Amino acid sequence: MNGPGNPTRSVRPATAVRLVAQRELNTRLRTRGFLIGTAVILVVMVGYLLLQASLISNADRTTVGLTGQAAAVAEPVRENAKQLGVDVEVVRVGDQQDGRSQVESGDLDVLVSGNAANLRALVKSDLDQQVHALLNEISRQEVLNAKLVEVGADPAEVMGEVAAAQVQVNSLEPADPEEGQRVVIAMVMMFLLYMSIATYGSLVAQGIVEEKASRVVEILLSTVRPWHLLLGKVIGLGLVGLTQLFVLGAAGLAMASATGVLTVSGVATKTLLWGLLWYLLGFFLYATVFAGAGSLVSRQEDMQTVLAPITIVLIVGFVTGIAVLQMPDSTTTTVLSLLPPLSPILMPSRIATGAAGLPEIAAALVLTLATIAALTWLGGRVYHTAVLRTGTRIRLKDALRG
Amino acid sequence: MPDRTLEIDDVSKRYGDVVALDSVSFDVRPGELFGFVGSNGAGKTTAMRIALGVVSMDSGEVRFDGQAVTHETRTRIGYMPEERGLYPKMKVLDQLVYLAQLHGMTANEAHRSAETWIGRLELTERRTDEVQKLSLGNQQRVQLAAALVHDPAVLVLDEPFSGLDPIAVDVMSDVLREKAAAGVPVIFSSHQLDLVERLCDRIGIIRSGRIVACGTVADLTAGAATRLTVTAPEAPPGWAAGIPGVRVLSESGGDTVVELAAEAGDQAVLTAALATGPVHEFSRHRPSLTQLFRSAVGEGATQ
Repeated sequence: MNGPGNPTRSVRPATAVRLVAQRELNTRLRTRGFLIGTAVILVVMVGYLLLQASLISNADRTTVGLTGQAAAVAEPVRENAKQLGVDVEVVRVGDQQDGRSQVESGDLDVLVSGNAANLRALVKSDLDQQVHALLNEISRQEVLNAKLVEVGADPAEVMGEVAAAQVQVNSLEPADPEEGQRVVIAMVMMFLLYMSIATYGSLVAQGIVEEKASRVVEILLSTVRPWHLLLGKVIGLGLVGLTQLFVLGAAGLAMASATGVLTVSGVATKTLLWGLLWYLLGFFLYATVFAGAGSLVSRQEDMQTVLAPITIVLIVGFVTGIAVLQMPDSTTTTVLSLLPPLSPILMPSRIATGAAGLPEIAAALVLTLATIAALTWLGGRVYHTAVLRTGTRIRLKDALRG
Repeated sequence: MPDRTLEIDDVSKRYGDVVALDSVSFDVRPGELFGFVGSNGAGKTTAMRIALGVVSMDSGEVRFDGQAVTHETRTRIGYMPEERGLYPKMKVLDQLVYLAQLHGMTANEAHRSAETWIGRLELTERRTDEVQKLSLGNQQRVQLAAALVHDPAVLVLDEPFSGLDPIAVDVMSDVLREKAAAGVPVIFSSHQLDLVERLCDRIGIIRSGRIVACGTVADLTAGAATRLTVTAPEAPPGWAAGIPGVRVLSESGGDTVVELAAEAGDQAVLTAALATGPVHEFSRHRPSLTQLFRSAVGEGATQ
């Protein structure tokens, strides 16, 4: 132990930042709250994934109920549907009355009755066009078969020739069979990014308010500079968030691949890596703003008020993001994803859908880095002046003036 | 004045139109317990915060060992703020180790020192409890340990005795005496003037941001008037009023309290008292720090 008055002892800035960051890591990572929280998010995420998967597969399915004589067309309906690429489920219904109530309740999309040549369809409001065409085709086929027999031809032979005549299609941009999966991956990534940045950003603010409320900040600042304290806190919490995001991403990826929900693990891995990078950028973009806002108040109860504007920007990013996924390469989307406060949430999902080119990504990175520098300076300045003023809420204007 | 003296030199601080400190100067010598007293809002806390660099000063200088106190040398000061503060959810041991490391100790030194102070302040059973689960008295002990854990060369304690039970007051007094004996300048503020009087080598009284008195209790009380308490049951009212240099402060039953002017002799009072009949008590006492404080602070109020 150094004797009293040993003049050589002092703390280097790097050491101070490391100590503060380490404390954040220790107190957050070791808690049961972190483990439970991560597990809960994982369960929600998997649930969301499965729900998405079933919604996507159910959305286009038409349930066709057949009753009476119409039951005979079950096989042709299935076959034609397969040929046309329409997702149709065929069920038999006991009687007209039962079918009618099922259509009313939405269990059936359409109830078909009558004989093959004269089909009647009952629907709630209107009939899916493709199914309509399909049913028409079956009726016409039936009539055509009868006529062919009348003129003494073999319906099977004639129809075989008819079926052989097909248009040959050459597409300039072949549809991406993985598109559905890419959208799901992008959506999950966006959700994770929004959640991580919002959660760990507010934890920065909460930690600062805790230090102000418990007054421990006065002891800390008698030995550590405000900048070091702020930086250590931001780095520490950022790493905790990164750890959580990595665990969630890797676990989600492993589970999705194992259960066969995902078949494009290459795309998913790339998305996760981009996601981790954008998380860091997004976190550092928002962290010091959260810190500055947090330092304006001295009580946890007042915190929500000052954080609301920042949270709203994040929510706007998330909500816009859902729209972005519908049309990832429109001009509006491109511009929005280049705006630094929105980039960290929007860009990764555009990268996941394959819509963002390298120049766009590079531009977003540069703009975001520049904004991080500016906001860190600003947030740090507010923090520096406001952190030791306890009592009532400090106005931003006063804090900026110093 | 080198040699590990803490010097507050001509320090001033204003908050807008309010003068918090007006050219405050005093020093705390190594091995000395310095008591800092004043009414609420007189500037004690501001002066201490300035010494710790938590609040910036408008002018003046704080020196230790002949050198201006900088951010680098401030790690050698042990500080207990008026508003107590520790991480409520951090364990006692972890908290002390963390603070020791932030003040420049290595992990090993920090652990050893934290354990030492935990033992010394009888917190061993509570070492792995969260601070918020401790009783108020124990929290105060942890707070003291936090000020001492990095083996500071200077101690600055704002109201260290407030809220302590009598046993904790004794523990705290012992620790402060011991630190002073080891050559550490110790300054603390307190409203418990009897304690300050008993414990401190020197005292500074601050009023409205200005030091109005500074010195040992003996120095400060030397010039002040002496008081006598006389118990003479048969004395008639007004018996002492005629003695030259004597002012009667109170007279009730047979008890009379008089104040002597510096040159007046106490023997004249005794003779006069004896002349009235038996005297059961005749005692002379120096003014206490409380009286001194009242007059120092009161004078200002009437100015």
